Amino acid sequence: MDFALNDIQQMLQDSAAKFIQNDYDFETRRRLSESELGYSEENWKLFAELGWLALPFDEEYGGLGGNLTDLMVLQIELGRGLVVEPFFSSVVLGGNLIQRHGSASQRAELLEPLIAGELKLAFAYIEPQSHTSITDIETSAERSEAGYRLTGHKAVVLGGPSADLLLVAARTSGKRGDRNGLSLFLVDPAQPGVTLKSYPTNDGFRAADIHFDDAKASLLGEVDSAHGAIQATLDDAIVALSAEAVGVMEKLLDATVEFCKVRKQFGQPIGKFQVLQHRMADMFMECEQTRSMLYFGAITATAGGEEASRAASMLKVKVGSAGRLVGQQAVQLHGGMGVSDELDVGHFFKRITMINTLLGSRDEHLQRLIGDAQVA
Amino acid sequence: MNIDLTDEELAFRDEVRAFFQNELPPQVKEKIQRGLRISREDQIAYQQALYAKGWAGANWPEEYGGTGWSATQKYIFNNEAAAARAPRIIPFGLTMVAPVIYTFGNEEQKQRFLPDILASKVWWCQGYSEPNAGSDLAGLKTRAVRDGDHYIVNGTKTWTTLGHYADWIFCLVRTSDTGKKQEGISFLLIDMNSPGVSVTPIITLDGRREVNEVNFDEVRVPVENLVGEEGKGWTYAKVLLTHERTNIAGVATSKQRLERLRNMLAEPPAGMPSLVDNSVYMARVMETEIELKALEFTELRVLSAVATGKAPGPESSILKIKGTEVQQMIDELYLEAAGHYALPFVPEQYEEGGEANMIEPHFAPDTAPHYYNNRKVTIFGGTNEIQKNIIAKAVLEL
Ligand SMILES: Cc1cc2nc3c(=O)[nH]c(=O)nc-3n(C[C@H](O)[C@H](O)[C@H](O)COP(=O)(O)OP(=O)(O)OC[C@H]3O[C@@H](n4cnc5c(N)ncnc54)[C@H](O)[C@@H]3O)c2cc1C
Repeated sequence: MDFALNDIQQMLQDSAAKFIQNDYDFETRRRLSESELGYSEENWKLFAELGWLALPFDEEYGGLGGNLTDLMVLQIELGRGLVVEPFFSSVVLGGNLIQRHGSASQRAELLEPLIAGELKLAFAYIEPQSHTSITDIETSAERSEAGYRLTGHKAVVLGGPSADLLLVAARTSGKRGDRNGLSLFLVDPAQPGVTLKSYPTNDGFRAADIHFDDAKASLLGEVDSAHGAIQATLDDAIVALSAEAVGVMEKLLDATVEFCKVRKQFGQPIGKFQVLQHRMADMFMECEQTRSMLYFGAITATAGGEEASRAASMLKVKVGSAGRLVGQQAVQLHGGMGVSDELDVGHFFKRITMINTLLGSRDEHLQRLIGDAQVA
Repeated sequence: MNIDLTDEELAFRDEVRAFFQNELPPQVKEKIQRGLRISREDQIAYQQALYAKGWAGANWPEEYGGTGWSATQKYIFNNEAAAARAPRIIPFGLTMVAPVIYTFGNEEQKQRFLPDILASKVWWCQGYSEPNAGSDLAGLKTRAVRDGDHYIVNGTKTWTTLGHYADWIFCLVRTSDTGKKQEGISFLLIDMNSPGVSVTPIITLDGRREVNEVNFDEVRVPVENLVGEEGKGWTYAKVLLTHERTNIAGVATSKQRLERLRNMLAEPPAGMPSLVDNSVYMARVMETEIELKALEFTELRVLSAVATGKAPGPESSILKIKGTEVQQMIDELYLEAAGHYALPFVPEQYEEGGEANMIEPHFAPDTAPHYYNNRKVTIFGGTNEIQKNIIAKAVLEL
């Protein structure tokens, strides 16, 4: 048993931490988030140079062949920097789907430019009615002689506005709720049949609602059989997102402890009040418990199989509960400063709040776990 | 023990209900229906409609134009106002500074200020907190130095809610450094148009301007704007705090919000997830409802004690703590009900004319900004930690 990072992970962590420290302070992040594009293309190129965009992909396509634990190490640091570049949407979701479900030639064709920083992806699967059920898909693809045509509405597609290519989950057979009959399509967002309604998200990222009206689409991998790849990609994505959450939570804790040491009221640092000490001790314990759960999730997911989904749900529940406590208390202990836009702490709080909404909330995963237990 | 309404009270309820149905300013009513934000003008129009009806001074003594309502009538009014989703009444004039003026002010001040407050002709804001005096309010440093028949005021107030809307500000200022800190504090009324007053925005987590920093640079304030005696400001402010407990818990509004949520759960608008089968979520809804019911009765107990002549004691800190906790529980329930549509940040869709390209369900994108912003309720008005200190000390005598 060994929870230490290996050499490669240590290097990865160091390089990410250095990047955040030197090039990504909070004011930089704010400026990028508020810019037209919502992030920096220059940073994206840098991520490519640093090999981050290659991390989870097989070596035969130019990737680094990293596993989920490696990705976790990077994501924790990106969380600490509140990084807004579309790494999660493009690499963790988009890239992994292609690696899992694309044909050999599609992988070669798409992963290479992705790794080089020349292609950005976004995964469109949620629909207004579907919430987080990945089988509740109404978007449909019709096959014609000239290829597939796609019609439907995808909700809150992360990284949608900057994507060069969309990965769209659609139904090719079966009915709403069926596992069989789901397929993945590659769709060029610049064509006439695709309309994006783009917006910032309230944690500083970008997303879009996307309407497809008889849009040209090409099939990724095999028809009707994408469910397994989608599920596995989302399970892995939960681990990656939870890693980001751990970075965010640890920053919230650190910032709060620092603040309570310097903020004085009644002639003493507020950190001397025992009730606040206990509150911060609780935050600390929740951060540690979440990190433990993250390790469990990463290890279980790397092994794959049935247990991976269950572990991902357990992890997401922990992130939801602990993130809520840590985020809310960080704001509370900052007093008025906690709800001001000026300090970074509020922005970490926003991110941890929205992380609960992404990929299924605490309530949803808890309900899912209860349901599974009843069936078993 | 009973909570039945008498015939007169039932008649009063009907009258209030009819007012909200028929006499709300049309533009206000329409904005409520369309889920749009209320502007400064709308707010004033609403409060002036209440004034026209004779209902502006719910807590005021009748001699100054108050309603003379019983505790039950206030309770009824609050419930009906919430059910109609009427804007809250901005408290700074009508329920904060007015009681100080009619209780501690001189005749001339009463005549000068009270009628305009009652008629919502003048917008007031509250200048207590300072960058280094929040929970420890008595540590405030804004200084007022006597110079003939003026005070010269220097210092900085912060977190001033809607200070950019305000015509006047009531301030706690330091007039002396000797003795206990509390004894050097005075209560001063300052015209925001005075030379040397500047207001800079503070943006909150929802991206909006709601609070401000207010700076005083050599501001000359006539001594007749001092309320009561020099050095007694702290006592006045405290009296105001223990007396001003009506509706602090926001029970009526919380009830209305929970009821609306229940309706949406029963019939989800397009784009809202169906949550009734999620027993984890439904358990949270139920728990919130139970907590709120208990709070409603706690508030009724406090109100009825007041009605029988007992001043509300420090136990009414319960109302602040539990009331704000329940509000935040409800915020979280809404956030969950928004599902993925909690993510888009589209504040323009809550402004007049900004509804093109609307995200549906309409309520959803506002749930996160509201949740962020509303973390304030456990912070302002004395943080919940400070309220618990009061319970521990004054109630439990620890
Ligand atoms: C949105 C908003 C609107 C506001 N509007 C107004 C307004 O209109 N006018 C006005 O005058 N003020 C206003 N305030 C200010 C508000 O009253 C203060 O924020 C509040 O009193 C807390 O002070 P602080 O922010 O300096 O926090 P601090 O006092 O620095 O508190 C920081 C943390 O320390 C804790 N703490 C402090 N002392 C103790 C103790 N002894 N024991 C245990 N814990 C302690 C607090 O509970 C808090 O968690 C507003 C604040 C906000 C956020």
